[in-house]
Amino acid sequence: MSFMEAFCSPGVLCQILLGLSRTVILFIVASGLSLILGVLRIPNIAHGSLYMIGAFMAYTVSRVFGGGTLGYWMAVLLAPLGVALVSFIIERGIFSRLYEREHIMLFLLTFSFVLVFGDLVKLVWGAEYRSVSMPGFFQGSIRILGLPFPIYNFILLLVGPIVAVVLWLLVNKTKIGKISRAAAVDREMVGAVGINVSLVFCIVFVIGCFLAGLGGALVSPIVNVVLGMDHTLIMEAFLIVIIGGLGNIWGALLGALIFGLTQSLGILVWPQFGIVFPYAAVIVVLSIRPTGLLRSTW
Amino acid sequence: MGGKRSIIILLGVAILFAFLPFGLPRFYTYLTALIVVTGLLSTSLNFALGFGGIFQFHHAVFYGAGAYGAAVMIAKLNYNPWLAFIAGPLVAAALSLIIGIICIRLSKLYFGMLQISLGSLVWVIVYRWYSFTGGDDGIHGISVPSIISSSKGAYYFTMVTAGLAMFFMYRILHSPFGSTLQGIRDNVLRSQAIGVSVRRHQLAAIVIAGFFAGVAGVLFVVVDNSVFPDMMFWTLSLEITIMALLGGWFTFLGPMLGAAMVVLLRTFVSAYTEYWTLALGILLMLVILFLPEGVLGKVFEIWNRRGLTEDRG
Repeated sequence: MSFMEAFCSPGVLCQILLGLSRTVILFIVASGLSLILGVLRIPNIAHGSLYMIGAFMAYTVSRVFGGGTLGYWMAVLLAPLGVALVSFIIERGIFSRLYEREHIMLFLLTFSFVLVFGDLVKLVWGAEYRSVSMPGFFQGSIRILGLPFPIYNFILLLVGPIVAVVLWLLVNKTKIGKISRAAAVDREMVGAVGINVSLVFCIVFVIGCFLAGLGGALVSPIVNVVLGMDHTLIMEAFLIVIIGGLGNIWGALLGALIFGLTQSLGILVWPQFGIVFPYAAVIVVLSIRPTGLLRSTW
Repeated sequence: MGGKRSIIILLGVAILFAFLPFGLPRFYTYLTALIVVTGLLSTSLNFALGFGGIFQFHHAVFYGAGAYGAAVMIAKLNYNPWLAFIAGPLVAAALSLIIGIICIRLSKLYFGMLQISLGSLVWVIVYRWYSFTGGDDGIHGISVPSIISSSKGAYYFTMVTAGLAMFFMYRILHSPFGSTLQGIRDNVLRSQAIGVSVRRHQLAAIVIAGFFAGVAGVLFVVVDNSVFPDMMFWTLSLEITIMALLGGWFTFLGPMLGAAMVVLLRTFVSAYTEYWTLALGILLMLVILFLPEGVLGKVFEIWNRRGLTEDRG
């Protein structure tokens, strides 16, 4: 991203907006994490790996369709679906058999997937840097307050709220959303009224993982797609979920905003340790509200 | 098990380890020391996790804090190494007190996630602070006192210190404090009801566990003469959790056994293939699916069951 930073370093506002556009990716990934955490109560640490797989799938799909505009759109469309398919397989294959276990076992199980996915990605795609070409339409820049701003990052800024609204509608206005909220509160009761809870959990899990894949596909044109890109991202996603309150979509959005703002301001103030500021914000937030800013479960 | 028998077993093990460097090539001496250091780390994790029921998800940070505390004092601040070795675990204990105070108010899963995030903050600082911690290169060639700088010297120092640390942890777990801690693990509400200060006990357990993780960190500096940021990366934390799970949560020696299994697996599988974490991941899945009480836990279970049937017969 260094060329983009050089692109509009004079403007503080541009700097902040750039930071926020990266946080949109974080929000998309974190909202999936939050969804799974809220309903299934699994802190899915393999979520970052699914994000990485999404980015690599986007690379492959874009190559298959010859790069360029078509390649990009197919990548954004197909890569998240591919990740959703992977998550469907592991949910039906393994997770669904273990929901009754303790949280820590489920947590460690997700870690076993981090190990397995990491090596599988190395096996399939290798350890080299990959990049996805951006369609020409997104390559230029627009002017914000007279300063150039990359179009792609601007689009990302718009995508964030759209994803938030769609998710909110899904959780609050659809039947599956209502059932999943009920299942999060009292699983047995929902089962007792004749609803297939296992299936609901599966759908929620797949949707959450789809979001991880979407984040990976959307980020692929602006970063190097490489092994290990999941390692710091998952920590940041955890952080966002914690600030916002576990399982709360708006909380994830708020958390992502706080994360993005503190980080980009922090980098302006103290470049070497800018990343420290979001963590400081978490400590402040939690000392005021120990369970996150918004209500943690539905 | 009778007290006499366990003392004899312990003596036998001590003698075996004392003569090990004379019978084995140098690499295996190093490997044994590494296993014991990792095992000590995993045991200290299990102190909080298995016996305290605390979701200590990012324990490696305290290991790294101990190692970096000692390494920075020796290499950057030119303190006496022995002093640095004492300071390392204290740094780790202080850090675990700070992180513990921030996290302790939260319930289990939340506690673990917050600890992982705060631990990552420490990692980021170490990773970026080139002038002080060496950044992503870490610090290499740390000079340790000449008496323990040879591979045999390092080995014996590691063994004796780790043995003492294990002994102290065992004693703490079998003290009234340890019993209270396990009582809290089994039933928080009941412990509260009889007047136990749950948070204070848990915080003390976190600090003790952090201290012994720091001891393991210092021992790593002695064995390897280097530190690097990966020592406090979250993947290591989860790896040592796997070790504890593999060996057996609720047994004292389980984590040590699990550490031996994982370190040996890494050493020998990675000689054949670079995809050793794939093997570790699959192993972990199998353990969770089929052996959730761990190897040592299973052994004890079979042992006890057989004892019962014999009594009946």
